[in-house]
Amino acid sequence: MRILVLLGLLVAPAALAAPPEIKLKDGPARDLVKASCSTCHSLDYIQMNSVFLDRKAWDASVTKMVKAFGAPVKPEDVPRIVDYLVQNYGKADAPPAATGK
Amino acid sequence: MRTRRQFLKDVGGGALVLGAGSLFPAQARGGDPASMGPAGLPAGTLEESVLEALPGKRPLIKRTYRPVNYETPLEYFDTLVTPNDAFFVRYHLTNVPQVSAAEWKLEISGDGLEKPLTLDLATLQKDFEQVETTAVCLCSGNRRGLSEPHVPGVQWGHGAMGNARWKGVRLRDVLARVGVKKEAVEVVANGADAGVLPSLPDFVKCLPVWKATDENTLVVWQMNGEPLPHLNGAPVRLVVPGWTATYWMKHLTTLQVATQPFKGFWMAPAYRIPKGKFPVVDRFLSQETDVNMPITEMVTNSLITSPREGQRVAPGQRLEVKGIAWDGGYGIRTVEVSTDEGRSWRAADLGEDLGRFSFRGFSHAFTPEQKGAQVVLAKATNRIGGSQAFELVFNPAGYHNNVVSKVTLQVG
Repeated sequence: MRILVLLGLLVAPAALAAPPEIKLKDGPARDLVKASCSTCHSLDYIQMNSVFLDRKAWDASVTKMVKAFGAPVKPEDVPRIVDYLVQNYGKADAPPAATGK
Repeated sequence: MRTRRQFLKDVGGGALVLGAGSLFPAQARGGDPASMGPAGLPAGTLEESVLEALPGKRPLIKRTYRPVNYETPLEYFDTLVTPNDAFFVRYHLTNVPQVSAAEWKLEISGDGLEKPLTLDLATLQKDFEQVETTAVCLCSGNRRGLSEPHVPGVQWGHGAMGNARWKGVRLRDVLARVGVKKEAVEVVANGADAGVLPSLPDFVKCLPVWKATDENTLVVWQMNGEPLPHLNGAPVRLVVPGWTATYWMKHLTTLQVATQPFKGFWMAPAYRIPKGKFPVVDRFLSQETDVNMPITEMVTNSLITSPREGQRVAPGQRLEVKGIAWDGGYGIRTVEVSTDEGRSWRAADLGEDLGRFSFRGFSHAFTPEQKGAQVVLAKATNRIGGSQAFELVFNPAGYHNNVVSKVTLQVG
């Protein structure tokens, strides 16, 4: 803090304190999802991005959070997180015949 | 040199943040779903959004709490200039420190300038010619929530934009003071906001030297005659008229004049549009790849603000169709309105001209005769012939949605 004040940058470091708690849907990995995602962003990001992402898209989102943003997630937890998001906030996968690829 | 993120880490970023006053005072939250944005937004978005007032702001549409992303409700676009306390709020990173105007400093350095310089606000205000311009500040992702199919990201409706009078000095005058070398290619801007983890890419953006030294690109401290609101970039931010808001760095603290292209997450892979899909003029060549390019100027666009979607009107009653139009800084030439689903178009009256970077108001009177659904369309064209799309040009980040404006009224 002393360094910050000396720099004259952060005079009153007011920031975004705890917003209202957002309740995620019940599910086996809910607490894991909460712990993994809420360090960096509020959980309304999940509901906001529903319901339109399929498994591939949720997987891509979680991978981006881990690889590009350094989300504190163990590699073995990624599939559980993706499963939870697909089951509770995801779109059913398109039938194979209709996907085209 | 230590980065801001390292400072935050050093002092325990989490404690710093949580120890501060809440931005979310206890108060009634609410709003009916219809006022949470157009029906085309994802269902989950409409459910989780609420009307809520941040400090210094009127109730805006909350999309996300942290980072803060709040959208301006439609009614504030009834006026050409958006009030400061209704202006949208958009952050990529959670920590938005209060930077005191008295202690603010801008550090300008880099291998592309002759001599580094540190400026305070008093010097900025005293040593350079002050200018004021009215310009649209529009989030690149505005209307992302209307993409078909939907794409991940903040699901904005129509209101991640605003129009304001910005007062400051020309960035080119400031850069003249440090002496930009011939070899310089980009000017890299950073602000005081920071993420909660050191791993989060700091929000840093760059401009090509030609745009940074355009006479319209400003370093501003005032918005609509008042100091910049905290959540719109106080004490000093960049204003890059014509270009989307991603370049308008808030809480500006450093500029680097660089001889090599800047590499950072928020330049690539973020904020990219596919090459060849949009009628944009401005190129940012040092940042282009074979397949995509950074988003640059806004595409020509409009928004019908009155009457409202779904509004019930009486047959034979004269109606005034009103709205706003804008573009990438060439200026709006015409806005046309169609009341027969696009078969014919009539020129609307254009309102006051606040300059080529501003919203331009339009109005057109007509009288619906037939009972039933009445579609009203509006289409803007700018001074270089750029117009709006009839069909969405899909792209993975949901940018540049400028499909012709449409409302459907219920007559009878």
